[in-house]
Amino acid sequence: MDDLKIILEFSAGAELLFGNIKRRQLSLDGNQKWTIANLLKWMHANILTERPELFLQGDTVRPGILVLINDTDWELLGELDYELQANDNVLFISTLHGG
Amino acid sequence: MIDSEVLQSERVKLKRDIAELRVTLNRKEQCLRELEEAIADCEDSDEAVESSSSTPQTQLSNDDIARYSRQLILQDFGVQGQLKLKNSSVLIVGMGGLGCPAAQYLVSAGCGHLGLIDYDDVERSNLHRQILHSEQRCGMSKAESARIALLELNSHCEIRCHSRVINSINAMHIIRPYDVVLDCSDNVATRYLLNDACVMLRKPLVSGSALKMDGQLTVYGYGQGPCYRCIYPVPPPPEAVTNCGDGGVLGAVTGIIGAMQALEAIKVIIGLGDVMSGRLLIFDGSSCMFRNIRIRTKRPNCHVCSAQPLITELIDYEMFCGMHATDKDNPLDLLEPEQRLEVKEYHQNLQTQPHLLIDVRPPAEFEICQLPQSTNVPLSEILDDSYLKRFAKQLEDKELPIILLCRRGNDSQIAVQHVSNRFPAHSVRDLVGGLHAWTSSVDATFPIY
Repeated sequence: MDDLKIILEFSAGAELLFGNIKRRQLSLDGNQKWTIANLLKWMHANILTERPELFLQGDTVRPGILVLINDTDWELLGELDYELQANDNVLFISTLHGG
Repeated sequence: MIDSEVLQSERVKLKRDIAELRVTLNRKEQCLRELEEAIADCEDSDEAVESSSSTPQTQLSNDDIARYSRQLILQDFGVQGQLKLKNSSVLIVGMGGLGCPAAQYLVSAGCGHLGLIDYDDVERSNLHRQILHSEQRCGMSKAESARIALLELNSHCEIRCHSRVINSINAMHIIRPYDVVLDCSDNVATRYLLNDACVMLRKPLVSGSALKMDGQLTVYGYGQGPCYRCIYPVPPPPEAVTNCGDGGVLGAVTGIIGAMQALEAIKVIIGLGDVMSGRLLIFDGSSCMFRNIRIRTKRPNCHVCSAQPLITELIDYEMFCGMHATDKDNPLDLLEPEQRLEVKEYHQNLQTQPHLLIDVRPPAEFEICQLPQSTNVPLSEILDDSYLKRFAKQLEDKELPIILLCRRGNDSQIAVQHVSNRFPAHSVRDLVGGLHAWTSSVDATFPIY
Protein backbone atom coordinates (compact mmCIF):
# COMPACT_ATOMS: atom_id res chain seq x y z
CA MET A 1 0.00 0.00 0.00
CA ASP A 2 1.10 3.57 -0.67
CA ASP A 3 1.76 5.84 2.27
CA LEU A 4 -1.13 7.95 3.49
CA LYS A 5 -0.14 11.56 2.86
CA ILE A 6 -1.78 14.23 5.00
CA ILE A 7 -1.05 17.82 6.01
CA LEU A 8 -0.75 18.70 9.68
CA GLU A 9 -1.09 22.34 10.71
CA PHE A 10 -0.88 24.22 14.01
CA SER A 11 -2.15 27.67 14.83
CA ALA A 12 -2.32 30.29 17.60
CA GLY A 13 0.48 28.81 19.69
CA ALA A 14 -0.24 25.07 19.34
CA GLU A 15 2.87 24.92 17.10
CA LEU A 16 5.03 25.76 20.14
CA LEU A 17 4.37 22.24 21.42
CA PHE A 18 5.62 20.74 18.15
CA GLY A 19 9.03 22.28 17.61
CA ASN A 20 7.52 25.58 16.47
CA ILE A 21 6.71 24.16 13.02
CA LYS A 22 3.35 25.39 11.76
CA ARG A 23 2.87 23.08 8.78
CA ARG A 24 4.08 19.53 8.15
CA GLN A 25 3.48 17.01 5.42
CA LEU A 26 3.15 13.51 6.87
CA SER A 27 3.50 10.16 5.16
CA LEU A 28 1.82 7.60 7.38
CA ASP A 29 2.07 3.83 6.98
CA GLY A 30 -0.55 2.96 4.35
CA ASN A 31 -0.97 -0.60 5.63
CA GLN A 32 -3.00 0.43 8.63
CA LYS A 33 -6.21 2.36 9.18
CA TRP A 34 -5.59 5.86 10.51
CA THR A 35 -8.16 7.49 12.75
CA ILE A 36 -7.61 10.77 14.57
CA ALA A 37 -7.16 8.68 17.74
CA ASN A 38 -4.22 6.85 16.13
CA LEU A 39 -2.86 10.10 14.75
CA LEU A 40 -2.81 11.67 18.24
CA LYS A 41 -0.84 8.68 19.56
CA TRP A 42 1.57 8.95 16.64
CA MET A 43 2.02 12.68 17.26
CA HIS A 44 2.69 12.09 20.95
CA ALA A 45 5.32 9.46 20.16
CA ASN A 46 7.01 11.26 17.26
CA ILE A 47 6.68 15.03 17.16
CA LEU A 48 5.37 16.39 20.49
CA THR A 49 8.35 18.21 22.01
CA GLU A 50 6.87 20.05 25.01
CA ARG A 51 4.91 18.92 28.05
CA PRO A 52 2.28 16.43 26.74
CA GLU A 53 -0.39 17.64 29.19
CA LEU A 54 -0.50 20.95 27.30
CA PHE A 55 -1.76 19.01 24.27
CA LEU A 56 -3.38 15.79 25.44
CA GLN A 57 -5.71 14.80 28.21
CA GLY A 58 -6.36 11.07 28.38
CA ASP A 59 -6.60 9.82 24.80
CA THR A 60 -7.96 13.08 23.36
CA VAL A 61 -6.83 16.71 23.04
CA ARG A 62 -7.01 18.88 26.14
CA PRO A 63 -9.89 21.36 26.59
CA GLY A 64 -9.19 24.58 24.67
CA ILE A 65 -7.69 22.98 21.57
CA LEU A 66 -9.91 22.84 18.50
CA VAL A 67 -9.37 20.18 15.86
CA LEU A 68 -10.33 21.00 12.28
CA ILE A 69 -10.37 18.52 9.45
CA ASN A 70 -10.35 20.27 6.08
CA ASP A 71 -11.47 23.46 7.85
CA THR A 72 -14.44 21.78 9.51
CA ASP A 73 -14.82 21.17 13.25
CA TRP A 74 -13.99 17.52 13.98
CA GLU A 75 -17.12 17.32 16.15
CA LEU A 76 -19.10 17.40 12.91
CA LEU A 77 -17.03 14.48 11.54
CA GLY A 78 -16.87 11.90 14.28
CA GLU A 79 -14.01 13.28 16.40
CA LEU A 80 -11.52 10.56 17.42
CA ASP A 81 -13.13 7.98 15.14
CA TYR A 82 -12.79 10.00 11.94
CA GLU A 83 -10.82 7.98 9.41
CA LEU A 84 -8.13 10.00 7.67
CA GLN A 85 -8.23 10.19 3.87
CA ALA A 86 -5.40 10.98 1.50
CA ASN A 87 -4.60 14.72 1.33
CA ASP A 88 -6.64 15.55 4.44
CA ASN A 89 -5.66 18.71 6.24
CA VAL A 90 -5.73 18.43 10.04
CA LEU A 91 -5.43 21.71 11.93
CA PHE A 92 -4.94 22.11 15.69
CA ILE A 93 -5.79 25.53 17.09
CA SER A 94 -5.19 26.77 20.62
CA THR A 95 -7.94 29.03 21.82
CA LEU A 96 -6.78 32.56 22.61
CA HIS A 97 -8.06 34.48 25.61
CA GLY A 98 -6.03 37.71 25.55
CA GLY A 99 -7.34 41.11 24.59
CA MET B 1 25.17 81.22 33.46
CA ILE B 2 23.22 81.77 36.66
CA ASP B 3 20.29 83.03 34.62
CA SER B 4 20.15 79.80 32.68
CA GLU B 5 20.23 77.76 35.89
CA VAL B 6 17.32 79.75 37.27
CA LEU B 7 15.40 79.21 34.05
CA GLN B 8 16.16 75.51 34.09
CA SER B 9 14.94 75.06 37.64
CA GLU B 10 11.86 77.13 36.88
CA ARG B 11 11.17 74.83 33.93
CA VAL B 12 11.52 71.70 36.05
CA LYS B 13 9.21 73.18 38.68
CA LEU B 14 6.55 74.13 36.14
CA LYS B 15 6.64 70.69 34.54
CA ARG B 16 6.21 69.08 37.94
CA ASP B 17 3.34 71.41 38.84
CA ILE B 18 1.57 70.66 35.57
CA ALA B 19 2.00 66.92 36.06
CA GLU B 20 0.57 67.16 39.58
CA LEU B 21 -2.36 69.23 38.38
CA ARG B 22 -3.10 66.65 35.69
CA VAL B 23 -3.17 63.89 38.27
CA THR B 24 -5.53 65.97 40.42
CA LEU B 25 -7.71 66.76 37.41
CA ASN B 26 -7.92 63.09 36.44
CA ARG B 27 -8.82 62.13 39.97
CA LYS B 28 -11.54 64.78 40.21
CA GLU B 29 -13.02 63.79 36.84
CA GLN B 30 -13.12 60.20 37.98
CA CYS B 31 -14.81 61.18 41.26
CA LEU B 32 -17.40 63.10 39.27
CA ARG B 33 -18.06 60.09 37.02
CA GLU B 34 -18.41 57.76 39.98
CA LEU B 35 -20.80 60.18 41.62
CA GLU B 36 -22.86 60.46 38.45
CA GLU B 37 -22.94 56.68 38.18
CA ALA B 38 -24.10 56.36 41.77
CA ILE B 39 -26.85 58.93 41.12
CA ALA B 40 -27.87 57.09 37.95
CA ASP B 41 -27.97 53.81 39.87
CA CYS B 42 -30.27 55.38 42.48
CA GLU B 43 -32.62 56.55 39.76
CA ASP B 44 -32.63 53.04 38.30
CA SER B 45 -30.37 53.25 35.32
CA ASP B 46 -32.15 50.45 33.47
CA GLU B 47 -35.21 52.58 33.00
CA ALA B 48 -33.11 55.51 31.86
CA VAL B 49 -31.40 53.56 29.07
CA GLU B 50 -34.57 51.70 28.13
CA SER B 51 -36.63 54.86 27.99
CA SER B 52 -34.19 56.49 25.62
CA SER B 53 -34.30 53.42 23.40
CA SER B 54 -38.06 53.04 23.79
CA THR B 55 -38.52 56.38 22.07
CA PRO B 56 -36.55 55.50 18.95
CA GLN B 57 -35.38 58.22 16.67
CA THR B 58 -37.02 57.98 13.29
CA GLN B 59 -35.21 60.71 11.38
CA LEU B 60 -31.68 61.65 10.57
CA SER B 61 -30.63 65.24 11.13
CA ASN B 62 -28.80 67.21 8.45
CA ASP B 63 -25.67 66.82 10.52
CA ASP B 64 -26.18 63.02 10.55
CA ILE B 65 -26.61 62.99 6.79
CA ALA B 66 -23.44 64.99 6.17
CA ARG B 67 -21.45 63.09 8.74
CA TYR B 68 -22.45 59.54 7.80
CA SER B 69 -22.86 60.16 4.06
CA ARG B 70 -20.18 57.70 2.98
CA GLN B 71 -21.91 54.79 4.70
CA LEU B 72 -25.45 56.07 4.03
CA ILE B 73 -24.93 55.63 0.31
CA LEU B 74 -24.08 51.96 0.77
CA GLN B 75 -26.91 49.95 -0.76
CA ASP B 76 -27.25 47.55 2.18
CA PHE B 77 -26.75 50.14 4.90
CA GLY B 78 -28.75 53.24 4.00
CA VAL B 79 -30.95 55.45 6.15
CA GLN B 80 -32.61 52.51 7.89
CA GLY B 81 -29.25 51.07 8.86
CA GLN B 82 -28.10 54.42 10.22
CA LEU B 83 -31.28 54.81 12.25
CA LYS B 84 -30.91 51.32 13.70
CA LEU B 85 -27.36 52.15 14.69
CA LYS B 86 -28.44 55.45 16.21
CA ASN B 87 -31.04 53.64 18.32
CA SER B 88 -28.75 50.80 19.30
CA SER B 89 -26.86 50.24 22.52
CA VAL B 90 -23.67 48.20 22.67
CA LEU B 91 -21.77 47.05 25.74
CA ILE B 92 -18.00 46.64 25.42
CA VAL B 93 -16.34 44.56 28.13
CA GLY B 94 -12.64 45.42 28.38
CA MET B 95 -11.24 48.73 27.12
CA GLY B 96 -7.92 47.25 26.09
CA GLY B 97 -6.37 46.29 22.77
CA LEU B 98 -9.67 44.97 21.36
CA GLY B 99 -12.12 47.28 23.11
CA CYS B 100 -10.41 50.50 22.03
CA PRO B 101 -10.58 50.01 18.24
CA ALA B 102 -14.02 48.36 18.50
CA ALA B 103 -15.41 51.35 20.41
CA GLN B 104 -13.68 53.78 18.07
CA TYR B 105 -15.39 52.35 14.98
CA LEU B 106 -18.78 51.95 16.65
CA VAL B 107 -18.82 55.52 17.93
CA SER B 108 -17.55 56.94 14.66
CA ALA B 109 -20.20 55.00 12.73
CA GLY B 110 -22.94 56.58 14.82
CA CYS B 111 -23.82 53.98 17.45
CA GLY B 112 -26.18 55.85 19.78
CA HIS B 113 -25.46 54.30 23.17
CA LEU B 114 -22.29 52.67 24.37
CA GLY B 115 -21.42 51.06 27.69
CA LEU B 116 -17.75 50.61 28.62
CA ILE B 117 -16.55 48.21 31.31
CA ASP B 118 -13.04 48.03 32.69
CA TYR B 119 -11.87 47.74 36.29
CA ASP B 120 -8.31 48.72 35.40
CA ASP B 121 -6.37 51.98 35.09
CA VAL B 122 -4.32 53.12 32.09
CA GLU B 123 -0.62 52.17 32.25
CA ARG B 124 2.18 53.09 29.89
CA SER B 125 2.52 49.46 28.80
CA ASN B 126 -1.03 49.70 27.42
CA LEU B 127 -0.42 52.56 25.00
CA HIS B 128 1.14 50.54 22.15
CA ARG B 129 -2.17 48.83 21.46
CA GLN B 130 -4.90 50.50 23.50
CA ILE B 131 -5.12 53.42 21.17
CA LEU B 132 -7.83 55.51 22.83
CA HIS B 133 -5.70 56.11 25.91
CA SER B 134 -2.93 58.68 26.05
CA GLU B 135 0.26 59.49 27.95
CA GLN B 136 -1.57 62.17 29.87
CA ARG B 137 -4.30 59.81 31.00
CA CYS B 138 -2.02 57.19 32.55
CA GLY B 139 -3.41 56.40 35.98
CA MET B 140 -7.00 57.22 34.97
CA SER B 141 -9.67 54.53 34.78
CA LYS B 142 -9.61 52.94 31.31
CA ALA B 143 -13.36 53.30 30.82
CA GLU B 144 -13.15 56.98 31.73
CA SER B 145 -10.11 57.59 29.54
CA ALA B 146 -11.79 55.87 26.57
CA ARG B 147 -14.93 57.92 27.11
CA ILE B 148 -12.98 61.18 26.87
CA ALA B 149 -11.34 60.08 23.60
CA LEU B 150 -14.61 58.74 22.14
CA LEU B 151 -16.57 61.91 22.88
CA GLU B 152 -13.94 63.85 20.97
CA LEU B 153 -14.69 61.61 17.99
CA ASN B 154 -18.46 61.85 18.29
CA SER B 155 -20.15 63.96 20.93
CA HIS B 156 -23.60 62.59 20.02
CA CYS B 157 -22.92 59.14 21.47
CA GLU B 158 -24.25 58.55 24.95
CA ILE B 159 -21.50 56.75 26.85
CA ARG B 160 -21.83 55.09 30.20
CA CYS B 161 -18.74 53.94 32.12
CA HIS B 162 -18.61 50.99 34.49
CA SER B 163 -15.21 51.21 36.16
CA ARG B 164 -15.41 47.94 38.05
CA VAL B 165 -14.95 44.21 37.62
CA ILE B 166 -17.93 42.55 35.98
CA ASN B 167 -18.89 39.48 38.03
CA SER B 168 -21.73 37.09 38.77
CA ILE B 169 -23.39 39.61 41.08
CA ASN B 170 -23.55 42.63 38.77
CA ALA B 171 -23.40 41.09 35.26
CA MET B 172 -27.13 40.61 34.62
CA HIS B 173 -27.92 44.10 35.85
CA ILE B 174 -25.19 45.70 33.74
CA ILE B 175 -25.88 43.74 30.54
CA ARG B 176 -29.69 43.81 30.52
CA PRO B 177 -30.25 47.25 28.88
CA TYR B 178 -27.92 46.62 25.92
CA ASP B 179 -28.68 45.08 22.52
CA VAL B 180 -25.28 43.53 21.77
CA VAL B 181 -22.26 42.67 23.92
CA LEU B 182 -18.63 42.71 22.78
CA ASP B 183 -16.29 40.38 24.63
CA CYS B 184 -12.99 42.27 24.55
CA SER B 185 -11.83 40.78 27.85
CA ASP B 186 -8.51 39.13 28.55
CA ASN B 187 -9.31 36.08 30.67
CA VAL B 188 -11.17 32.79 30.61
CA ALA B 189 -13.38 33.38 33.68
CA THR B 190 -14.86 36.58 32.21
CA ARG B 191 -15.45 34.83 28.87
CA TYR B 192 -17.59 32.12 30.52
CA LEU B 193 -19.37 34.73 32.64
CA LEU B 194 -20.29 36.88 29.62
CA ASN B 195 -21.39 33.83 27.65
CA ASP B 196 -23.72 32.54 30.33
CA ALA B 197 -25.18 35.97 31.09
CA CYS B 198 -25.71 36.71 27.38
CA VAL B 199 -27.40 33.33 26.81
CA MET B 200 -29.73 33.96 29.78
CA LEU B 201 -30.54 37.46 28.52
CA ARG B 202 -30.61 36.40 24.83
CA LYS B 203 -27.99 38.92 23.74
CA PRO B 204 -25.64 38.21 20.84
CA LEU B 205 -22.02 38.11 22.02
CA VAL B 206 -19.32 39.26 19.59
CA SER B 207 -16.18 37.58 20.85
CA GLY B 208 -12.63 38.57 19.93
CA SER B 209 -9.26 37.53 21.30
CA ALA B 210 -5.62 38.06 20.44
CA LEU B 211 -2.16 37.03 21.57
CA LYS B 212 1.30 37.52 20.08
CA MET B 213 0.70 37.62 16.30
CA ASP B 214 -2.60 35.71 16.30
CA GLY B 215 -6.24 36.66 16.59
CA GLN B 216 -9.63 34.91 16.68
CA LEU B 217 -13.18 36.13 16.15
CA THR B 218 -16.69 34.68 16.28
CA VAL B 219 -20.25 35.58 17.30
CA TYR B 220 -22.00 33.48 19.96
CA GLY B 221 -25.68 33.16 20.72
CA TYR B 222 -26.87 34.49 17.37
CA GLY B 223 -29.65 32.72 15.48
CA GLN B 224 -29.13 28.96 15.60
CA GLY B 225 -25.41 29.35 16.25
CA PRO B 226 -23.59 27.89 19.24
CA CYS B 227 -22.62 29.59 22.47
CA TYR B 228 -19.12 29.62 23.99
CA ARG B 229 -19.94 26.59 26.14
CA CYS B 230 -21.12 24.58 23.12
CA ILE B 231 -17.60 24.94 21.73
CA TYR B 232 -15.72 24.86 25.04
CA PRO B 233 -17.76 22.86 27.58
CA VAL B 234 -14.68 22.49 29.81
CA PRO B 235 -12.26 25.34 30.62
CA PRO B 236 -8.62 24.88 29.60
CA PRO B 237 -6.03 23.96 32.26
CA PRO B 238 -4.63 27.22 33.75
CA GLU B 239 -1.05 26.34 32.76
CA ALA B 240 -2.13 26.30 29.09
CA VAL B 241 -3.43 29.89 29.23
CA THR B 242 -1.18 32.84 28.39
CA ASN B 243 -2.13 36.51 28.71
CA CYS B 244 -0.77 39.49 26.77
CA GLY B 245 1.37 40.60 29.73
CA ASP B 246 3.31 37.32 29.62
CA GLY B 247 3.07 36.30 25.96
CA GLY B 248 3.16 39.73 24.36
CA VAL B 249 0.96 41.02 21.55
CA LEU B 250 1.32 43.34 18.58
CA GLY B 251 -1.05 46.32 18.59
CA ALA B 252 -1.91 46.04 14.91
CA VAL B 253 -3.16 42.48 15.56
CA THR B 254 -5.57 43.51 18.35
CA GLY B 255 -6.55 46.43 16.11
CA ILE B 256 -7.57 44.10 13.28
CA ILE B 257 -9.66 41.86 15.52
CA GLY B 258 -11.21 44.79 17.43
CA ALA B 259 -12.20 46.53 14.19
CA MET B 260 -13.80 43.28 13.01
CA GLN B 261 -15.75 43.02 16.26
CA ALA B 262 -17.19 46.47 15.51
CA LEU B 263 -18.08 45.27 12.00
CA GLU B 264 -19.88 42.17 13.28
CA ALA B 265 -21.73 44.24 15.91
CA ILE B 266 -22.93 46.64 13.18
CA LYS B 267 -24.06 43.67 11.04
CA VAL B 268 -25.96 42.18 13.98
CA ILE B 269 -27.62 45.54 14.75
CA ILE B 270 -28.77 46.37 11.25
CA GLY B 271 -29.21 42.80 9.98
CA LEU B 272 -26.64 43.06 7.23
CA GLY B 273 -24.73 40.28 5.47
CA ASP B 274 -23.70 36.95 6.97
CA VAL B 275 -22.92 37.29 10.64
CA MET B 276 -19.88 35.35 11.85
CA SER B 277 -21.98 32.80 13.75
CA GLY B 278 -21.22 29.08 13.66
CA ARG B 279 -17.87 30.01 12.16
CA LEU B 280 -14.54 30.99 13.64
CA LEU B 281 -12.15 33.40 12.00
CA ILE B 282 -8.49 32.68 12.64
CA PHE B 283 -5.95 35.36 11.83
CA ASP B 284 -2.25 34.56 11.70
CA GLY B 285 -0.49 37.91 11.49
CA SER B 286 2.93 36.45 10.86
CA SER B 287 1.84 34.98 7.52
CA CYS B 288 -1.10 37.39 7.03
CA MET B 289 -3.49 34.47 6.64
CA PHE B 290 -7.18 34.55 7.46
CA ARG B 291 -8.97 31.21 7.84
CA ASN B 292 -12.67 30.91 8.19
CA ILE B 293 -13.61 27.58 9.71
CA ARG B 294 -16.97 25.95 10.25
CA ILE B 295 -17.54 25.13 13.91
CA ARG B 296 -20.24 22.97 15.42
CA THR B 297 -23.83 24.11 15.86
CA LYS B 298 -25.57 24.28 19.24
CA ARG B 299 -24.66 21.37 21.52
CA PRO B 300 -27.94 19.54 22.25
CA ASN B 301 -26.90 18.99 25.87
CA CYS B 302 -25.17 22.35 26.39
CA HIS B 303 -25.23 23.24 30.09
CA VAL B 304 -26.46 26.75 29.44
CA CYS B 305 -28.06 27.23 25.98
CA SER B 306 -29.88 23.90 25.44
CA ALA B 307 -33.60 23.39 26.02
CA GLN B 308 -32.91 21.81 29.43
CA PRO B 309 -30.01 23.85 30.83
CA LEU B 310 -28.24 22.77 34.01
CA ILE B 311 -26.99 26.28 34.63
CA THR B 312 -29.88 28.69 35.07
CA GLU B 313 -28.14 31.36 37.10
CA LEU B 314 -24.62 32.71 37.10
CA ILE B 315 -22.02 30.70 39.00
CA ASP B 316 -18.59 31.46 40.50
CA TYR B 317 -16.52 31.65 37.30
CA GLU B 318 -13.13 32.08 38.93
CA MET B 319 -13.71 28.83 40.80
CA PHE B 320 -15.13 27.08 37.72
CA CYS B 321 -12.04 28.01 35.69
CA GLY B 322 -9.49 27.87 38.50
CA MET B 323 -8.25 31.24 37.22
CA HIS B 324 -8.68 34.87 38.19
CA ALA B 325 -10.86 37.30 36.25
CA THR B 326 -8.07 39.87 36.10
CA ASP B 327 -4.63 39.72 34.54
CA LYS B 328 -3.00 41.04 37.70
CA ASP B 329 -0.06 39.10 39.14
CA ASN B 330 -0.95 35.96 40.99
CA PRO B 331 2.44 35.19 42.54
CA LEU B 332 3.40 31.54 42.85
CA ASP B 333 4.59 30.23 46.19
CA LEU B 334 6.32 26.94 45.46
CA LEU B 335 9.46 27.11 47.61
CA GLU B 336 10.60 26.80 51.22
CA PRO B 337 11.82 30.02 52.88
CA GLU B 338 15.47 28.85 52.76
CA GLN B 339 15.19 28.50 48.98
CA ARG B 340 14.38 32.17 48.59
CA LEU B 341 16.55 35.25 48.56
CA GLU B 342 15.38 38.85 48.94
CA VAL B 343 16.78 41.24 46.33
CA LYS B 344 18.16 43.54 49.04
CA GLU B 345 20.08 40.71 50.67
CA TYR B 346 21.49 39.65 47.34
CA HIS B 347 22.53 43.23 46.61
CA GLN B 348 24.15 43.81 50.01
CA ASN B 349 25.75 40.45 50.80
CA LEU B 350 26.06 38.27 47.75
CA GLN B 351 26.57 40.37 44.67
CA THR B 352 30.29 40.85 45.38
CA GLN B 353 30.84 37.18 46.35
CA PRO B 354 31.37 34.34 43.86
CA HIS B 355 28.01 33.01 42.71
CA LEU B 356 26.16 31.80 39.62
CA LEU B 357 23.31 34.12 38.62
CA ILE B 358 20.99 32.60 36.01
CA ASP B 359 18.20 34.61 34.40
CA VAL B 360 15.53 32.19 33.13
CA ARG B 361 13.53 34.61 30.95
CA PRO B 362 13.16 34.11 27.17
CA PRO B 363 16.03 35.72 25.16
CA ALA B 364 13.80 38.53 23.80
CA GLU B 365 13.07 39.63 27.36
CA PHE B 366 16.69 39.23 28.51
CA GLU B 367 17.72 41.58 25.73
CA ILE B 368 15.45 44.33 27.12
CA CYS B 369 17.32 44.59 30.43
CA GLN B 370 19.46 42.35 32.62
CA LEU B 371 21.48 42.35 35.85
CA PRO B 372 25.22 42.79 35.22
CA GLN B 373 26.46 39.36 36.32
CA SER B 374 23.54 37.34 35.01
CA THR B 375 23.65 34.68 32.33
CA ASN B 376 20.59 33.93 30.24
CA VAL B 377 19.29 30.35 30.32
CA PRO B 378 15.61 30.26 29.28
CA LEU B 379 13.35 28.19 31.55
CA SER B 380 12.82 25.60 28.81
CA GLU B 381 16.58 24.89 28.77
CA ILE B 382 16.56 24.47 32.54
CA LEU B 383 13.61 22.07 32.41
CA ASP B 384 15.05 19.93 29.60
CA ASP B 385 18.45 19.87 31.37
CA SER B 386 20.35 21.27 28.40
CA TYR B 387 21.90 23.80 30.83
CA LEU B 388 23.90 21.00 32.51
CA LYS B 389 26.56 20.82 29.81
CA ARG B 390 27.02 24.57 29.69
CA PHE B 391 27.70 24.88 33.43
CA ALA B 392 29.29 21.48 34.03
CA LYS B 393 32.38 22.99 35.60
CA GLN B 394 30.67 25.51 37.90
CA LEU B 395 28.15 22.90 39.04
CA GLU B 396 30.95 20.68 40.35
CA ASP B 397 31.59 23.22 43.09
CA LYS B 398 29.01 22.59 45.83
CA GLU B 399 30.02 25.80 47.61
CA LEU B 400 29.08 28.05 44.70
CA PRO B 401 25.63 29.52 45.40
CA ILE B 402 23.21 29.27 42.49
CA ILE B 403 20.67 32.07 42.17
CA LEU B 404 17.86 32.01 39.63
CA LEU B 405 15.83 35.03 38.62
CA CYS B 406 13.15 36.13 36.20
CA ARG B 407 10.84 39.08 35.64
CA ARG B 408 8.46 38.74 38.59
CA GLY B 409 9.67 35.73 40.53
CA ASN B 410 7.37 32.96 39.29
CA ASP B 411 9.37 31.08 36.63
CA SER B 412 12.46 31.37 38.84
CA GLN B 413 10.68 29.25 41.47
CA ILE B 414 9.86 26.55 38.93
CA ALA B 415 13.52 26.62 37.90
CA VAL B 416 14.74 26.35 41.53
CA GLN B 417 12.52 23.32 42.09
CA HIS B 418 14.00 21.63 39.06
CA VAL B 419 17.64 22.48 39.73
CA SER B 420 17.57 21.70 43.46
CA ASN B 421 16.07 18.28 42.76
CA ARG B 422 19.17 17.49 40.74
CA PHE B 423 21.64 19.22 43.07
CA PRO B 424 20.27 18.75 46.57
CA ALA B 425 23.67 19.54 48.16
CA HIS B 426 23.94 22.96 46.46
CA SER B 427 22.48 26.22 47.67
CA VAL B 428 19.86 26.95 44.99
CA ARG B 429 17.64 29.99 45.55
CA ASP B 430 15.46 32.37 43.59
CA LEU B 431 15.26 36.15 43.79
CA VAL B 432 11.90 36.95 45.40
CA GLY B 433 9.84 39.20 43.12
CA GLY B 434 12.44 39.07 40.34
CA LEU B 435 13.50 42.15 38.41
CA HIS B 436 10.36 44.02 39.43
CA ALA B 437 11.50 43.74 43.06
CA TRP B 438 14.99 44.80 42.01
CA THR B 439 13.57 48.04 40.60
CA SER B 440 11.35 48.75 43.59
CA SER B 441 13.84 47.84 46.34
CA VAL B 442 17.36 48.28 44.96
CA ASP B 443 17.67 50.32 41.77
CA ALA B 444 14.79 52.60 40.79
CA THR B 445 16.48 53.35 37.46
CA PHE B 446 16.27 49.70 36.35
CA PRO B 447 13.61 49.46 33.59
CA ILE B 448 10.26 47.76 34.19
CA TYR B 449 8.25 46.07 31.49
